[in-house]
Amino acid sequence: MAKELMKGNEAIAEAAVKAGCKAFFGYPITPQNQIPEYMSRRMPQIGGAFVQAESEVAAINMVYGAAGAGARVMTSSSSPGISLKQEGISYIACAELPCVIVNIVRSGPGLGGILPSQGDYFQATRGGGHGDYRLIVLAPASVQEAADLVMDGFDLADKYRIPVMVLGDGMIGQMMEPVEFQERPAVELPEKDWAATGWDGKSRDRAIVNSLYIEADVMSEVNKKLKAKYDEIEKNEVRVQNFMTDDADYVIVAFGTIARIAKNAVLKAREQGIKVGLVRPITLWPFPADAVDKISRQVKGMLVVEMNQGQMLEDVRLASEGRVPVAFYGTTGGIIPAPDDIVAELVKMKEGK
Amino acid sequence: MTEQIIVAGFGGQGVLLAGQILAYAGMEEGKNVSWFPSYGPEMRGGTANCNVVISSDEVASPVVVDADCAIVMNKASLMQFEKNVKPGGYLIVNTDLVDIKPTRDDIKVIDIAANKIAESAGSIKAANMVILGAYNACKNVVENKTIIKCLEKIMGERKKHLIPMNEKAIELGKEAALAQL
Repeated sequence: MAKELMKGNEAIAEAAVKAGCKAFFGYPITPQNQIPEYMSRRMPQIGGAFVQAESEVAAINMVYGAAGAGARVMTSSSSPGISLKQEGISYIACAELPCVIVNIVRSGPGLGGILPSQGDYFQATRGGGHGDYRLIVLAPASVQEAADLVMDGFDLADKYRIPVMVLGDGMIGQMMEPVEFQERPAVELPEKDWAATGWDGKSRDRAIVNSLYIEADVMSEVNKKLKAKYDEIEKNEVRVQNFMTDDADYVIVAFGTIARIAKNAVLKAREQGIKVGLVRPITLWPFPADAVDKISRQVKGMLVVEMNQGQMLEDVRLASEGRVPVAFYGTTGGIIPAPDDIVAELVKMKEGK
Repeated sequence: MTEQIIVAGFGGQGVLLAGQILAYAGMEEGKNVSWFPSYGPEMRGGTANCNVVISSDEVASPVVVDADCAIVMNKASLMQFEKNVKPGGYLIVNTDLVDIKPTRDDIKVIDIAANKIAESAGSIKAANMVILGAYNACKNVVENKTIIKCLEKIMGERKKHLIPMNEKAIELGKEAALAQL
């Protein structure tokens, strides 16, 4: 297929359609409105369901229902809307249902602003809602990668029966880049024999979608089962990209669109003779702790750059176990860090300040 | 080759579209491209701008800080973006809506009466095409004929009749810039 110039939000929506998403439930919020707008046009064309719900809480519970019936289902929102969905996400995680949730992050806290931010890293990677659970969290850095990760996200969700979050930001939602939707090899996925699709009384046991376990030992077994699944995901699904790290004395760790800006900073710093590389986590959970651990044994220092006040910073510090100094540079409120500011931080680090 | 462009003006002057056409044309010519619009609250009735990157390599940052060229369609945009032009870079100014002079002497300033030229081509709405023509005369990152091809795709059958007028606007913009180079 030829390349098309698409907004990130549109590419995310089309990728979902291409991945076989048959149901979309959402509620409007900037800067992700092109996703439901696109879905409202596309879902009827493919015999799917589009509902603009009365609220985010309703939308996520519609996702719960559709996922429980075995449909490939997606919802999207932006930060305050994602907060409203957390109760439902926790239920879906406990009921072990697959779905894709897109968060096009805006600045916060509170109603915040509509400009890009990465302030929802903690919320996304620590589960977000109540209880002891995880989401697979994918962080695209380009429009093409956003499309690819949405498609991968549906497969991962089905493979592990887990909600997958695609964590973008206003920049990735609003910018246009060329996208190509390539034919993908068919992935072998387990039967959805757990889906509640109607019971004939004989051919199988009743499918029950539930997240209520009153007895301690039963609830505990559910928790253990979830933990075993999360361990499996941590073992198999970590994704990370290294850029110019082979000879690096210092590395920047950054995710999503900020990794793109950090790339410019890497090139600029190298012009000034500082050997810098970039480590870009693609899965924020599972976090590429091994890659960070490994690079921390090679370099003299690490700089975490985020559009927040230091969230992934904690995971980098945990993974590098104090071997080298880990500095932080962050911007908030929708201000996008400039490559020169990042280079200035690297210079400071090199000079030991 | 990496070309970083800022296109800025009032909402309604077609600056976002002009940037999109540049990105589209770059893609058609096999380059890597990105287009990033300002989408903040300042857009509502105020200024609009977009960042375009056209590169033979992978596009790193889609955010343009050091522009090879800034196109400013009104006074507010000149005041905001003059500082973002790289030394030796181009600043293309719509003199019909800018009544002050740029202050820097380390950049090349091209004055284009984009509104008047667009009117003479047939419609003031084509001021963005005039300025694209002027840009292409300065930089020639993409071919004018690719821009026309992209316009045809974007405008579709319904607006096909507007293509010759836009083509003329691009041509006049190019001539106005060439006279200053």
